[in-house]
Amino acid sequence: MSGRVRLVDTTLRDGSHAMAHQFTERNVRDTVRALDDAGISLIEVTHGDGLGGSTFNYGFSLVDERELIAAAADEAKQAKIAVLLLPGLGTVTDMKAAADLGAGAVRIATHCTEADVSIQHFTEARGLGLETVGFLMLAHMSEPEALAKQARIMVDAGCQCVYVVDSAGALILEDASDRVAALVAEVGDQAQVGYHGHQNLSFGVANSVLAYRAGARQIDGSLLALGAGAGNSPTEVLAATFERLGVETGVDKDVLMDAAESVVKPYITRLPVMDRSSIVQGFAGVYSSFLLHAERAAERYGVPAHEILYRVGERRYVGGQEDMIIGIALELAEEKKSKSA
Amino acid sequence: MSEARAVAAIVGPGNIGTDLLAKLRRSERIDVRYMVGIDPASEGLTRAEAQGVRTSAEGVDWLLAQDERPDLVFEATSAKAHLASAPRYAEAGIQAIDLTPAAVGPFTCPVVNLPEQLDAPNLNMITCGGQATIPIVHAVSSVTPVSYAEIVASVSSRSAGPGTRANIDEFTETTAHGIEQVGGAAKGKAIIIINPVEPPMIMRDTVFCAIDPDADRDAVSESIHRRVGEVQAYVPGYTLKADPQFDDPRPGWNGKARVAVFLEVAGNGDYLPTYAGNLDIMTAAAARVGELLAGRVIENKAVRA
Repeated sequence: MSGRVRLVDTTLRDGSHAMAHQFTERNVRDTVRALDDAGISLIEVTHGDGLGGSTFNYGFSLVDERELIAAAADEAKQAKIAVLLLPGLGTVTDMKAAADLGAGAVRIATHCTEADVSIQHFTEARGLGLETVGFLMLAHMSEPEALAKQARIMVDAGCQCVYVVDSAGALILEDASDRVAALVAEVGDQAQVGYHGHQNLSFGVANSVLAYRAGARQIDGSLLALGAGAGNSPTEVLAATFERLGVETGVDKDVLMDAAESVVKPYITRLPVMDRSSIVQGFAGVYSSFLLHAERAAERYGVPAHEILYRVGERRYVGGQEDMIIGIALELAEEKKSKSA
Repeated sequence: MSEARAVAAIVGPGNIGTDLLAKLRRSERIDVRYMVGIDPASEGLTRAEAQGVRTSAEGVDWLLAQDERPDLVFEATSAKAHLASAPRYAEAGIQAIDLTPAAVGPFTCPVVNLPEQLDAPNLNMITCGGQATIPIVHAVSSVTPVSYAEIVASVSSRSAGPGTRANIDEFTETTAHGIEQVGGAAKGKAIIIINPVEPPMIMRDTVFCAIDPDADRDAVSESIHRRVGEVQAYVPGYTLKADPQFDDPRPGWNGKARVAVFLEVAGNGDYLPTYAGNLDIMTAAAARVGELLAGRVIENKAVRA
């Protein structure tokens, strides 16, 4: 095992889900400064669902993400600011605006079987001189070889690092490393491979270590695990773990731990935990950001959130289909009514 | 016989053109005389030929060289191809119904604004998501002001063609404009999700409209139900999955309430599979437009005779 790994922090993007997209400019500035001081070289800042995500379907941002991106770029000394873009939701126009505000990298995310919708965006991103990353989301839904073919499409389109993204926190150990290995075998030295984990079944950090051993060289984390579902692999735990394993990260674990405790903990409204609903997400393979939406629909229609999430898993809905949650809650409420009648 | 019917041509013998042909062949007002493409090996041309349609792989050049030119042309190619052909149709006095994203002519949604556009030389069918959702946005905005409308279209991976995939931004941007210009929302937003589940999912559309908290909810709901019935006249598989859902204002909604409408769009299964309601609603809407334009053509012919 050799070679350094780059820890990428997504507290200010995936964490946006756990915060119901209520980050303030102060939250962003304080977090970016702390991450920058710790040596994190890529910091993602966007609405949880990426550029243009502030909507009825995904939740409106308290502060326009463009203001947050500009503030982050202003605050960062050595780190580059990344933005997330989901084709079908965000557009090239949004990406150009983010680049103008100081974003230096774009992470373009598609469902794990639909990489070809990103070609347009990778082409434009490279034209703008942005660092490019590809996200193959809900990667548990594809077998390693099929996933590698999708990675190839992104790399051929100009993607410089393609990620296995465990959006549902459903991958367990070799599930993660086999996928990473297949991608590494496919893209060789044409691009790096990355891993983005969730804690729904608690494997975020363990999977990240195996992903590294299988050749991944960029690993995502969030301070205090702040992210969708039961959260992401905690950045500060990744830093401590890789240091213990003798893998160079270039970051200071103690500064990160301090950032988690003294910067993030005071402002968060909810500490991600492995509760019933998020465990069901991992088990049933449900996109992690559905959690708060399921809880909201559960309250509105008087049905259990975990039952909604089980049904989302059965139907194999993909990232972005949050609107289906209301329909399922209505179905469950109807079934409950006819049972009690 | 031909005096009583409008002569039509379909340009583009792919899946869309073939499904459109099946629909138009049921029309009593339209005689699909021609189908043209640019590939001699096209299966679509072979299928059309077998149904008695005159076909050519020499494209629009061949079509415009015919002694009897069509009254109507349905464009089922690409935006680029239509941009090149549109001026030639216009010069030849042929009315064009454009199923590509070229947007040469005004946006047309049969149940919303077609009557005003019967004389336009070129009518654009917006997008599949637009045809599915703009009728609902308009049904709401005709009862109460809609400050913002957002639509989420979920389509099966098998029904998302190469054109959509190569330029998905065109879908989101064009649909958003249609929501504003035709749907009547002050601001529009469109989202498309491609889902690969097997067996393929039937197209689903969700429409969210921001409305005043004191808007007449019964009137909004009734308008939506009535509009769904009107669309069903040409897309029988266009249905509400649930009654419209009203939510009181929440933080972040700028003091607005919300109505949410959940639609399923099953196709007619003419040539395209039923799950591909997104494609079917385009061909069905185009056929509907053609039907009304043909009525006008026939009237004009009768006057001239």
